[in-house]
Amino acid sequence: MKLTKTLLASTALTVAAAGAFAEGHGMADSMTLVSWGGAYQASQQKAYVEPYLAMNEGISSTWDESSAEAVAKLRAMNEAGNITWDLVDVEAADAIRLCDEGLAMEIDHDEMLAAAPDGTEASDDFGDSIVSDCFIPQIVFSTTVGYRTDLVGDTPPTSICALFDTETYPGKRALNKRPLANVEWALLCDGVAKDDIYDVLSTDEGQDRALAKLDTIKDQVVWWSAAAETPQLLADGEVVMGSTYNGRLFAAIAEQGQPIGMLWDAQMLDFDGWVVPEGLPEDRLARVMDFLNFATDTQRLADQAAYISYGPARASSAPLVGLHAELGIEMAPHMPTDPANAKNVFVTQYEFWADYRDDIDAKFQAWLAQ
Amino acid sequence: MAVETQAIRQPLSFSVPAVAAAGGFAGIFVGTAQGSALLGIFLGAILLAGLTWLAMAVLPERQERMLRWAMILGFALVGALVGGVPGFVLGGLFGWFFGWFVYWIGLGRYRTTLPPYLTAGQVLWHYGFRVLCGAIFVFLVTPILVVLPLSFNAENFFTFTPEMLRFDPAGYSLKHYRDFFGSSEWQQALRNSLLIAPVATLISVCLGTLAAIGLSQPHVPFRQAIMAILISPMIVPLIISAAGMYFFYSRIGLQGTYAGVVLAHAALGIPFVIITVTATLVGFDRSLTRAAANMGAGPVTTFFRVQMPLILPGVISGGLFAFITSFDEVVVVIFVGSANQQTLPWQMFTGLREQISPTILAVATILVVVSIGLLTTVELLRRRSEKLRGMSPG
Repeated sequence: MKLTKTLLASTALTVAAAGAFAEGHGMADSMTLVSWGGAYQASQQKAYVEPYLAMNEGISSTWDESSAEAVAKLRAMNEAGNITWDLVDVEAADAIRLCDEGLAMEIDHDEMLAAAPDGTEASDDFGDSIVSDCFIPQIVFSTTVGYRTDLVGDTPPTSICALFDTETYPGKRALNKRPLANVEWALLCDGVAKDDIYDVLSTDEGQDRALAKLDTIKDQVVWWSAAAETPQLLADGEVVMGSTYNGRLFAAIAEQGQPIGMLWDAQMLDFDGWVVPEGLPEDRLARVMDFLNFATDTQRLADQAAYISYGPARASSAPLVGLHAELGIEMAPHMPTDPANAKNVFVTQYEFWADYRDDIDAKFQAWLAQ
Repeated sequence: MAVETQAIRQPLSFSVPAVAAAGGFAGIFVGTAQGSALLGIFLGAILLAGLTWLAMAVLPERQERMLRWAMILGFALVGALVGGVPGFVLGGLFGWFFGWFVYWIGLGRYRTTLPPYLTAGQVLWHYGFRVLCGAIFVFLVTPILVVLPLSFNAENFFTFTPEMLRFDPAGYSLKHYRDFFGSSEWQQALRNSLLIAPVATLISVCLGTLAAIGLSQPHVPFRQAIMAILISPMIVPLIISAAGMYFFYSRIGLQGTYAGVVLAHAALGIPFVIITVTATLVGFDRSLTRAAANMGAGPVTTFFRVQMPLILPGVISGGLFAFITSFDEVVVVIFVGSANQQTLPWQMFTGLREQISPTILAVATILVVVSIGLLTTVELLRRRSEKLRGMSPG
């Protein structure tokens, strides 16, 4: 009894103190931002967090590298009634889920985000990348294939079907332990026309057909679950080629000088961006909105491309993309959206995957375990 | 040893197959490294059988020194041809070992340190047991040893680069150590760990020792049940404790605070203290406390002057376990802490998952060195105090 009272009293005191502290500001003076860690988080820190903190004295920000389990953690926070995150970086598919479950806040993009310098409204500037009412896009990234230049002989691969051609390119391949991208590539190389792929994939026979194609290289595949594994495997020479995010391959090639080449063919484009958790107190929400308006404007998104090879989600940012901050190389040719790289691309079909994800996932995992 | 056993020259029918078997075993590793384990076994066995035959049947015994040097040089040269500098060193070591091994087996020297009445089976077990222990030791220690040189890698991968294998200084660098000491995230994590672990240990030791003393009194009711509840954090899967703590602490405002993480870690550490202190209390003579009371000492004085010094080893080792539990813990802190309370294990966990950076290896190396230093100090202090108290014959 006494313990409960003490606990209650101390809790009340803490809450009161926090309330008194926040009063009068209108905006909270600290933010907890959630991201993926590594080079990507560093690019966000340099491109918009540091400039924002420099403009607003007395504000502090903390990173939580928990984007990988953002959906689960936000559910738990919601249930515990204790939202400790202010802004969460997630993939588009996760943003759709969070929005559907009511865990992320719906945003009026035109009202809350800055317009392009030429006056184009934010929603037009972001265009198709706004895949959900809760989603504030930052970058376009792609899942693509890298290969060891010294292990592929005189004819480096130019087509995605090199993945399935173990005669010309013998050796192990690293692939994602999830069906996304793998099944599309499998059907494409099994002779399905690109436009028909999702029609075929929505049937049982089509799904089996994709797995049957993957079966031809199954004993040659190393399955990865973290995107960092493929660059490590390529650097080791354990695999001759492997899929991962294009920024990881860029880092291994340009920053680490590894003998790796990029195969942009049939790259799978996807978006990554912010969501604001539902149920933030007013002062914290005001701070987050102020930050978001700054961090997603045309210049800031273009700045981010100086640190990592992901394309800005705003159309108006593309012409502003400049040189790499440290290496001084032109960044535009390394963007997944560069015309030379984007000759043959898939754009992740969120609606298709929302409908078929569970089915195909279950089949894929069962096939993996065989 | 009082009895000297004579070394007896063994027949070729014994020494050739025995050495060949060892050669085949070594061939597994060399062969696997070169691409074919089977071929390695085969060639290793043939090579060593031939060398044994040469040493035992062809060359006279006084040529031993010459043949052993020849083997060291020969193996080292072959190693250099295959694997450069490291191959040379490894080859030399192989040659040295097998040069010794051929004569050790062939001339029966392995019997000289053992009593003469042992049967062949007993001799085999004697050495088999030692080899087994050595193998277990190697399997336990190798993963830790591999980490040490990799942490000096000049590249951002967990790979022994060709430069490193050639012992080229350009392949080595301290950049991952600079990364660790220069990054505010890692430094914050280190500070958090060094702040949380000692406080949690202190709480665990105080509460755990008191609980152990209380529970060792025969008149306390429900002793078994209370003991079971207190020890449960050690038995219940960590993830369940963590999830439970998360929801409870969220409601009372402790989630995401230092106090919350410290309390959670203290709860995890208490069972270790209770168990070690209870174990030392078994050997504690209760008549000592009664004698102290008889002399007019209160319970508190009795505890600090009589009981505490005698159970101190148990308290210290319990505290050490509690400290390691908190310092190593990653599951509970992810739930109960927030980004401001990121500890070293948490930072290592996220770093390993999101980008496989050798900074983690540098941190691991530092932690290994610090742990070895700490354990050595504690052990030396313990021996010294035992010597001072005359408890140990050493």
